[in-house]
Amino acid sequence: MTGPPPSPALPSRWTEAVVRRVHPLTSRVIGVVLDAPLATPLAGQHVDVRLTAPDGYQAQRSYSIASAPDADGLELAIERLPEGEVSSFFFDVAQPGDTLEIRGPIGGHFVWRDTDGGPLLLVGGGSGVAPLMAMVRHRRAHAPGVAALLLYSARTWDEVIFRDELVATAAADPAFHFVAAITRAPPARPGDYARRLDAPLLRDALGRWGHVPRHTYVCGSNAFVEGVTAALVADGLPPRSIRAERFGGTP
Amino acid sequence: MTTRGFTGRRPGAEAAKRLPPGQYHTPDFPVLSMGPTPQVDLATWSFALRNGPRELARWSWAEFEALPRTRWRGDIHCVTKWSKFDTEWDGVTIDDLLAAAGVAAPSAFVLARSYDDYDTNVPFADLTGGRAMIATRFGGAPLPAEHGGPARLLVPHLYFWKSAKWVKSLAFTPRDEAGFWELRGYHMYGDPWREQRYTNDP
Repeated sequence: MTGPPPSPALPSRWTEAVVRRVHPLTSRVIGVVLDAPLATPLAGQHVDVRLTAPDGYQAQRSYSIASAPDADGLELAIERLPEGEVSSFFFDVAQPGDTLEIRGPIGGHFVWRDTDGGPLLLVGGGSGVAPLMAMVRHRRAHAPGVAALLLYSARTWDEVIFRDELVATAAADPAFHFVAAITRAPPARPGDYARRLDAPLLRDALGRWGHVPRHTYVCGSNAFVEGVTAALVADGLPPRSIRAERFGGTP
Repeated sequence: MTTRGFTGRRPGAEAAKRLPPGQYHTPDFPVLSMGPTPQVDLATWSFALRNGPRELARWSWAEFEALPRTRWRGDIHCVTKWSKFDTEWDGVTIDDLLAAAGVAAPSAFVLARSYDDYDTNVPFADLTGGRAMIATRFGGAPLPAEHGGPARLLVPHLYFWKSAKWVKSLAFTPRDEAGFWELRGYHMYGDPWREQRYTNDP
């Protein structure tokens, strides 16, 4: 698969970023807003973050950008991982004014531009909603006419990251649909599902939406992405129209 | 530049020696793919060596399984920062493939192509001397589809995006042609020990 580079900006060198704000998004996820002199990202891209200990030891991790490309400040959604040396820094230490190092924006495949249009299907599991949120925000500002459906799997309604903003966006925009699949609690809204986001649920939700997606983006754990993408292909979506981003893997 | 309050969780001395800069050790086997996992049928699977558009040799699955096999054991490094130690792969080295085809390398550059249309470039020198294989088994078992089965390229001394999953051909190219990720901001060569992650890394 060749073609011109779809990403206009090359990743920056390591550069200093300043923590502007740390705010809770759910009980297990915080939003970290950084001020950093990076090129304007595309919705869906990520950054590398590097932390340095006093003895020179360094740790790097990648985080998706959840803010809109033209937002003032770069918002990352960071989940606390057990024994996560970088996530625990953001949860337990980071304060406004702290500095760290950042590179980006990175990634030229899992990206959506307003000119790509729709119908646009976004499927997220847990913290996998972060890059999809950048697309939701980008679409809201620049292409609100594009038919879009966000299918979002979370364990409980309280663990739906960006929940209030998603509900408000859907209420204000008839072309944007937001449907939650809640796996460990009753759903809070009519139209949401109280089960795993599996093949029958996908079929049902796409039928209710009434569009055939032209661009599909799936982000979540490997098992989640594997299940969703296989179901979409089995139901006839062209594999090349489906872009995936995964975290974790097999034991 | 020290990060206030960051202490980190250091790997042991042995692991630290085996980790290229910026990498961390994971006991799992993370999966990274650009899209859905293609389902490749062994009945129609084939693998080809090409010189540009011209086919030099082609093997069916049964023919490929009859080629001389080599086991490689060692560490692999993904550009997304994880490294996995002591992985064990079985497959056919590129040296043995060329010998079986009875051909000499017609150029110094290769583009590996996959069943999902992914491609990635590797200099031919990095594929010879036992440094690379077409791997069909992982940990003694058939390679699972999520990890690139039935067959993937294995070039373990480069970042793992070079080890194309679901590989279907190696094509010699007259020049070093960028592949899928190389066109999207990633390094043309990808040596983890020199931390060549992105296009503009030295």
